[in-house]
Amino acid sequence: MTSYVAPRPGAPTPGAAPLEDPPVAPALSRPPLLGMALFIASESIFFLAIVVAFIALRPAGLAVAKVELDLPRTLIFSLCLFASSGTMTIAERRRRRDGWIWLLVTAGLGAVFLIGQGLEYARLLGTGISPRAGMFGTTFFTLTGLHGLHVLVGLTAISGLVLAARARPGGVRATAWESVAWYWHFVDGVWVVVFSVVYLGTVLG
Amino acid sequence: MSATTASTTLWVRRPAGLPAAGWLRTVDHKEIGVLYMGMGLFFLVFGSVEAAIIRLQLAVPENRLVDPQLYDQLFTIHGVTMIFLVAIPILVGFMNYLIPLMIGARDVAFPRLNALSFWLSLLGGLLVYFSFVAGGGPDAGWFAYPPLSDRTYSTGTGLDYYVLGLAVNGAGTIVGAINIAVTVLLLRCPGLSISRLPLFVWMSLVTSLLILVAYPALSAALVMLFADRRLGAHFFDATAGGDPIIWQHVFWFFGHPEVYIVILPAFGMVSEVIPVFSRKPIFGYRFIAGSSVAIGFLSVSVWAHHMFAVGLPDAENLFFSAASMLIAVPTGIKVLAWTATMVGGRLRFTTAMLFAVGFIATFVMGGLTGVSLAIVPIDWYVTDSYYVVAHMHYVLFGGVVFGIFAGLYYWFPKMTGRLLSERLGKWHFWLVFVGFHLTFLPQHWLGIAGMPRRVFTYAADTGWGPLNLLSTLGAVVMGAGILAFVCNLVVSLRAGELAGDDPWDAWTLEWSTSSPPIPENFLQVPVATSKRPLWDRKHPDRAHEA
Repeated sequence: MTSYVAPRPGAPTPGAAPLEDPPVAPALSRPPLLGMALFIASESIFFLAIVVAFIALRPAGLAVAKVELDLPRTLIFSLCLFASSGTMTIAERRRRRDGWIWLLVTAGLGAVFLIGQGLEYARLLGTGISPRAGMFGTTFFTLTGLHGLHVLVGLTAISGLVLAARARPGGVRATAWESVAWYWHFVDGVWVVVFSVVYLGTVLG
Repeated sequence: MSATTASTTLWVRRPAGLPAAGWLRTVDHKEIGVLYMGMGLFFLVFGSVEAAIIRLQLAVPENRLVDPQLYDQLFTIHGVTMIFLVAIPILVGFMNYLIPLMIGARDVAFPRLNALSFWLSLLGGLLVYFSFVAGGGPDAGWFAYPPLSDRTYSTGTGLDYYVLGLAVNGAGTIVGAINIAVTVLLLRCPGLSISRLPLFVWMSLVTSLLILVAYPALSAALVMLFADRRLGAHFFDATAGGDPIIWQHVFWFFGHPEVYIVILPAFGMVSEVIPVFSRKPIFGYRFIAGSSVAIGFLSVSVWAHHMFAVGLPDAENLFFSAASMLIAVPTGIKVLAWTATMVGGRLRFTTAMLFAVGFIATFVMGGLTGVSLAIVPIDWYVTDSYYVVAHMHYVLFGGVVFGIFAGLYYWFPKMTGRLLSERLGKWHFWLVFVGFHLTFLPQHWLGIAGMPRRVFTYAADTGWGPLNLLSTLGAVVMGAGILAFVCNLVVSLRAGELAGDDPWDAWTLEWSTSSPPIPENFLQVPVATSKRPLWDRKHPDRAHEA
């Protein structure tokens, strides 16, 4: 792939040293990152709509939520996900050295979170709570399930990045790392909202 | 200026072999643009046939041409088709084809994602239509209100294919919008600042951003409906604590911006056509661009004007009523600017210009009935009647389709190297224009007289027969016009007059390259010296006049 734009005076010659970073192009003037930012913006609207529906329907499921949700346990798994944003930042900084190891740590923390979610689902389904069993099941499984799918997409992207970083001697462009990192931080940020609304909401009443 | 010759890159090289394989594998923005437009025309055939059957069924009272079940599927699929599978693909096709040319770029920002967008859009359309093979189409109207669209009342699989198809189609549209927005924001040629962008590009940018705001809400609504239908969830099930009004809010949060998503590119096309055929720079460039941004913002705060009959609190009704009327202001600014561009110009009434003027006339009428519908008591009186059907077709057909035809007559020579026939074009315009008004003008009176939309027939003593017959006759005239258009396409593609690079003596960058444009568009990276770079090049003595 050569340059994205018609060369401007002073721009690096296309084709030369493809894996070198461009001097210091601001993030949003790089097409993949601007594209990712717009994608994240549109994903935010998607989650916003589901969260608003959750809040609107919350009273009908609140009683069940108070009984069935295990706040401390989920908090531990949530902390894994929140921590993974930190390890992702470390991975980015150490991109030219051992960043890929930190990517694996990030993916591991994300996977722990997903396992926690899976265990919680199994427990709830075991007690007869399901999407068809009432308003709590309807809203809870839809909102957290959609978030879980996004975590899964993030894990896939991180795995792809690790493979690419290991396969190429020169590493992967900074832009690719940043795109994946932005998406991961977004998935993490969505969980801050979902965790607050779904779990902390049961404490607030 | 740093001139460089266009280098061959991987993505424009066509693979050897069958020509069809090239279309399947292409990532060239012009070819993908043509694919999009081809998809739109393909589904236009279906959408038109559906409309024709609807009009035939309603031509006389107590008609039994189709049964009510089939009629429900017909009006549902007609709406879905025309909006998602005709208007959007054709407009996105134009954007794909024209934007890199108009901003002096070699391609869009992400050529491979561009191909993905197209194939997702097409797959979504085919999924929606597959419902008919699988046992019956969706039948709850294009906005699929629950509980009607719940499994209790829509027992077949039609609604499920509607959900899946629109979700896939919408994903394609979202990816495409990201591509267009990044292209416009980052790939402009030297000198082409944002305040020099051609207005079609401006409107496309606003449209793309609006897609990114609106379409995710549709996806969210579809996910919830699918959960209700297939996982037994209760989002919209009032008996289990759910609320069907949530669907209406989320759907219309998408649905109303959608109207502007399809009309803004048409505004953009008209804004390119009118100045060129008036031989004057556009009047009030900044106002046209700025009013589009205003429309973009306002359009996400008016959705509940589709819900006045729901019984929302008075304060909400008042807010959405006022916001909806406010949208008339930026729209009116545009109409004034187009008119002022024509005043004192040397007008050339080519078919493109005729459609642009027909667009203004028709769109103003549709806009006025739109303002009347924003008044809550009037809406209560005529909601879900043929008055709404008439209004909607005035803005969507009289607006979007007329705009598309104006754009098509204007840019067809650039895309094919051949002019469309002006003689057939005049037939096309006048038959469609007269036919359109004959079809939809009477529907205003039908609505006021109380004829509800979506009824498969009506009793003879309602007195709605004559106006319905007139409406159907109008549709026949319009059909003849569309036939003239198809003839024109076929004849002109084979034997149209050769166009040359710049048949209209225009001034935006797409006319500075060959017709059809070479791969990668330009031999040298163009440089924009003003809003009218090609004018500057042709008239160095009068440069920067715009």
